[in-house]
Amino acid sequence: MHSVQHHGQQPRRPDLPHCCQPLSPFHNLQELRHSASLANKVFIQRDYSEGTTCRFQTKFPSELESRIERTLFEDTVKTLNNYYAEAEKIGGQSYLEGCLACSTAYLIFLCMETRYEKVLKKIAKYIQEQNEKIYAPRGLLITDPIERGMRVIEISIYEDRGSSDSSSGSSSSS
Amino acid sequence: MITRKVRKWEKLPGKNTFCCDGRVMMARQKGVFYLTLFLIVGTCSLFFAFECPYLAVHLSPAIPVFAALLFLFVIAMLLRTSFSDPGVLPRALPEEATFIEMEIEAANGNVPTGQRPPPRIRNVQINNQIVKLKYCYTCKIFRPPRASHCSICDNCVDRFDHHCPWVGNCVGKRNYRFFYMFTLSLSLLTIYIFTFDIIHVVMRKYPVSHLSNQKEQTCRRIVLVCFFTLWSVVGLTGFHTYLISLNQTTNEDIKGSWSGKNRVQNPYSHKNIIKNCCEVLCGPVYPSVLDRRGLMQEDSSVSATSAAPSSFSSSNPVSQTTKTTAPLIPNEHTPDDAKPSIAASAETSAPPKDEVPPAPKVPPLASPETDAEASIVKDKAH
Repeated sequence: MHSVQHHGQQPRRPDLPHCCQPLSPFHNLQELRHSASLANKVFIQRDYSEGTTCRFQTKFPSELESRIERTLFEDTVKTLNNYYAEAEKIGGQSYLEGCLACSTAYLIFLCMETRYEKVLKKIAKYIQEQNEKIYAPRGLLITDPIERGMRVIEISIYEDRGSSDSSSGSSSSS
Repeated sequence: MITRKVRKWEKLPGKNTFCCDGRVMMARQKGVFYLTLFLIVGTCSLFFAFECPYLAVHLSPAIPVFAALLFLFVIAMLLRTSFSDPGVLPRALPEEATFIEMEIEAANGNVPTGQRPPPRIRNVQINNQIVKLKYCYTCKIFRPPRASHCSICDNCVDRFDHHCPWVGNCVGKRNYRFFYMFTLSLSLLTIYIFTFDIIHVVMRKYPVSHLSNQKEQTCRRIVLVCFFTLWSVVGLTGFHTYLISLNQTTNEDIKGSWSGKNRVQNPYSHKNIIKNCCEVLCGPVYPSVLDRRGLMQEDSSVSATSAAPSSFSSSNPVSQTTKTTAPLIPNEHTPDDAKPSIAASAETSAPPKDEVPPAPKVPPLASPETDAEASIVKDKAH
């Protein structure tokens, strides 16, 4: 696999693997932090229509309209929702886990990882992958909901430091 | 400059105390918890010391063995309930709080001066039932359904049941099953000891050898403690069994949220006792969203919003600057000072600079335990 360089002026980054070479002059994860400044943050709220299980709203926020395609965003949120549904599913496996844990006075969790924790690891990997492939090239960054108490999905919107005030994304309403 | 590694639990707002470098989380008042521990350990020690030798010889050696197992289970459940995070919801960081404020302002429109703004409530529909989500002025969030703010611990807790002083902690989503197992096993242990006490006293009444006076008095004391414990603990277990079968919390029961007035029904119940019990007792074990043992970065040049794999011990630099500026609001109804200027927050650039953060550092609210207490706790912790 050879490095993917779409723009001649972007130097190859020796510290990154082939698949993560910068696709644009602006954005990969490290470039984002060093050359861009945080303009705004959008918070995707929880969707409680199906009870207290963890679900996020798939409504497309207006601040992202010019930044990313609606379908990509909705795909990300739907996949996250599916992951959380899998973690919180109450079925045969969760009963087994619960009964086994109770019979050992829950000491078994000292050596075993709960199913929820396993899914959370998968979610973290998925979010990093989405950030690298889709969001960072567009100047966006998703924060894992677990770092915000599972209340919101925080999407940070970055602006190029060199550029002047751009039209959308950094709209600060008063 | 001495850079001591500061863990996140030292900067957490709220009135909890932490032990074992953040592994243990309890409420501030622990006196009643020590009393519970003393009663259980004391009564069981007396039982093992004075009654078990006789019972093991004259009835069966399995009796003290089973009692010991049950006793260990009770202690394990008690410590698990007391020491774990009940499901505390972390407070909103300033940007999130501002975002919510903006949404509220937009929803309220223009309020004429002199008039009180409408109460901050969001309506959601769950299972064809309208549930009102209240805004918490301390934590600056709209509380999720079934969450409530505990004034003793000063935290919003998810699926808040009640604050139990006997256990020295709140009972919420994460430790409700341990609390229920504790009361259930304690009931069984009390009934067990009570039964064998009675048997022992009866057997001693028709002795072959003469019974010493002191031993008989000890037996009577055990019977007395067991008798009173029995009614309270068994009653509590029965009450919680009833709540679990209806998938309700103590908080909802006390407030009468789903009492049936105005055709209001519990939207979380599956209308099936077995399903409700299975969901509460055998549901997934939720992880703690408070990263207690993560390291806080005092001075970092790394970007704040890290989307890197969020291992639970990774630090979150933005939390350092924001936690020091998140005040404990003495008065709950102060919405006006909860709006930092949007321009200021937008200009807080991602990489925090090397300068000292402008807000004065809040001293750690959760003071580390004294050595004596920590060592006792370390013995008991598993």
